[in-house]
Amino acid sequence: MAIIAAGTPVPDITLKREDGTDFTTADLRGRTTVLVFYPFAFSPVCTDQLQVYEEVVRELADQGAVLYGVSTDATWSQTAFREQLGVSIEQLSDFEPKGAASKALGAYFEPAGMTNRALVVVGPDGVVAWSHLADSPGHLPGVDKLREGVAAVAA
Amino acid sequence: MDDPRTVRGDDHRSGSGPVVVLYGDVTCHRCQEATRRLRAAPVELVWRHLVLRARGPRPRALAHALEGAARQGRFWPLLDRLLGDPAHTEDPDLWRVAGELGLDVPRFDADRRDGACVDRVDRDLRDALALGAVGTPAILVGDRPVDHGVPDERWIDALVADHLRR
Repeated sequence: MAIIAAGTPVPDITLKREDGTDFTTADLRGRTTVLVFYPFAFSPVCTDQLQVYEEVVRELADQGAVLYGVSTDATWSQTAFREQLGVSIEQLSDFEPKGAASKALGAYFEPAGMTNRALVVVGPDGVVAWSHLADSPGHLPGVDKLREGVAAVAA
Repeated sequence: MDDPRTVRGDDHRSGSGPVVVLYGDVTCHRCQEATRRLRAAPVELVWRHLVLRARGPRPRALAHALEGAARQGRFWPLLDRLLGDPAHTEDPDLWRVAGELGLDVPRFDADRRDGACVDRVDRDLRDALALGAVGTPAILVGDRPVDHGVPDERWIDALVADHLRR
């Protein structure tokens, strides 16, 4: 599955916010959005990734960008995960229908039935500005990749 | 800004052999194990700090304490004590250990809160993130990609063998 390419408008997707409301394609408009796809809440690798990304939340916010974590875990698990990590990055659940949004964006790993390790940066116009699919789900992109992606919006 | 891949004059260095730079957090179990193994290995270990705010205030406080101890030439002894007894790292423990290590405790206590210590820890964090670190420990060897594993005997043997071939 290929990750959605830069220049592609984001198709209709629906994810669940932590408060139970919908996060849809319309919510992508008006500011830069960074969708951080990770395989599973509470997996050791994902734990480190989001704690590292937390270090640049403010830096990216200064550039008008908001980060979200996305996985196929249920909202309750995601919230518990976020709280345990001590991070502020809001989580979006792609639980039901499982992985539908991730599949639409090419960020789903079919062999394991989970979200892949991917980053998708969407510009304020709702068009993908930059995307990255890790070589494998165990290969984590660093904050250098986040910066590269957000810079692509300004370019 | 100087290249974080090179050893700096103010780096904390221990041992001799191939250089291994470890960005770590003394409260992180994997960092503790990695440091213990590398301290016992025929390598030159360079310790830098990678303390994430999400893990609470204590990792950062301990990084500052290590920098405070370094001002009195006791960086490695304090690091070894913290790794050896990770359950006792609150301030009263630090004061006790600092005294046992022969530190001037009031000076240590002032130094660890000094802006320069804070700046040093912040610099290490910035460098680690710029290098692409995505967790702890983050280990640098030469131009290799950042490694987040805990070095085992095989990893160390291969590194030393490679070093001897050069």
